[in-house]
Amino acid sequence: MREYLILRVITKLLFPFILLFGLYVQFHGDFGPGGGFQAGVIFAASFILYSMVFGVQAAQRVLPDGILRGAIAGGLLLYALVGVVDLMLGVNYLDYSPMLTNPKDGQHLGIFLVELGVGITVASVMMTMFFTFATWREE
Amino acid sequence: MAEAVDIIILALMTVTVIGIVVIRNLLAVVMLSGIYSLLAASIFVAMDAVDVAFTEAAVGAGISTVLFIATLALTTRIEKKPAHKPLLPLFVCIVTGAVLIYSSLDMARYGDPNSPANRHVATYYLENTKKDTGIPNVVTAVLASYRGYDTLGEVTVIFTAGIGVILLLGSWRRGLKTPNPHPEDEA
Amino acid sequence: MVDIFGLYNYWIVIFLAMAGMYIVIARGNLIKKLVGLNIFQASVFVLYISFGKVTGGTAPILVKGVDTYSNPLPHVLILTAIVVGVATTALGLALVVRIRQEYGTIEEDDIHSQDESM
Repeated sequence: MREYLILRVITKLLFPFILLFGLYVQFHGDFGPGGGFQAGVIFAASFILYSMVFGVQAAQRVLPDGILRGAIAGGLLLYALVGVVDLMLGVNYLDYSPMLTNPKDGQHLGIFLVELGVGITVASVMMTMFFTFATWREE
Repeated sequence: MAEAVDIIILALMTVTVIGIVVIRNLLAVVMLSGIYSLLAASIFVAMDAVDVAFTEAAVGAGISTVLFIATLALTTRIEKKPAHKPLLPLFVCIVTGAVLIYSSLDMARYGDPNSPANRHVATYYLENTKKDTGIPNVVTAVLASYRGYDTLGEVTVIFTAGIGVILLLGSWRRGLKTPNPHPEDEA
Repeated sequence: MVDIFGLYNYWIVIFLAMAGMYIVIARGNLIKKLVGLNIFQASVFVLYISFGKVTGGTAPILVKGVDTYSNPLPHVLILTAIVVGVATTALGLALVVRIRQEYGTIEEDDIHSQDESM
């Protein structure tokens, strides 16, 4: 990709905006279309674009395999732990109302954490799948 | 006007699928499937399903196409010419299609507000979301709060797919060519 | 004659689903079979979302001044289904890469003949 100057410049320009848009979609899923899945995929798409233009090694310097694999499990664990916290507060699993004093604020906090867990897992899984396909070598 | 958009997009999807069936160059087939996903996302917007359109465009036209192209780079790019004419599958598909069209004559018409799907549980959610959760996006409220347990199962499915791909193709396999091979590896 | 526009959606979906099914059962190339499976899945999603559309309604995001919304339940179901679909496609593609490594081909006839001649 050394000779495609336009691709390299545009990718470097667009990369932070795509990440910002992904964060916007993640946290405004309550008020408009969006949520964890869409945000995770957009986040992963920005890294995939970067690694297609600059090479997989460049992208793996930022997010090495160990961190991605930890994030795959970490997002799911965050989701499950929100439910366990609710169990410890004495209500049903994943019933967010008693987490804060106002039940509606509890719902907002519960949905925020849950969507964050979903977004982290989806983004890490999509990036791991692409990096695994891109670095596979026939032995 | 809105009906014309629906009719045109669905007709374009039909043309795309006919192209996918006939063409043998796999790169063209994968590109056409990306176009098909994008057209599906457009028809979801025309049917007021904005969350679904977002997800289908990102996942179907984005991640799926990228993974298909990565696989094409690791395998072949042209499909082999079929050896004999597949008449039996064509016959099975035509008969199944005819039976399904006959069964669709009894269904509720498109856009009917009194169909059974739109009356019982959906009205409960539309009326009580503001009161219970205070979140304007009903789809997110149902997905994350009313039916949060199902979403936990869905994230587990994604997790399992990631683990599966790592196990099948991961770089940890390169460490297996050691003086003491792993006993379960039959290479 | 039956109400054509009321049923046009369903007939197109049935055609797309049958085309996807034809690709899965009639073509031998494994990658093309996976593409056919994706087409079948997407057509079923269009069917479900058509069930939820209400004429004169809008997207199910509560705003002031609107009182007819489209049905949000099919949207929730299809969101999950899309994500599960991409998970199975990714696993299928990983299996195709490994099959190619073991057999040297991804055409179904060649794989069967190699299995039978062993």
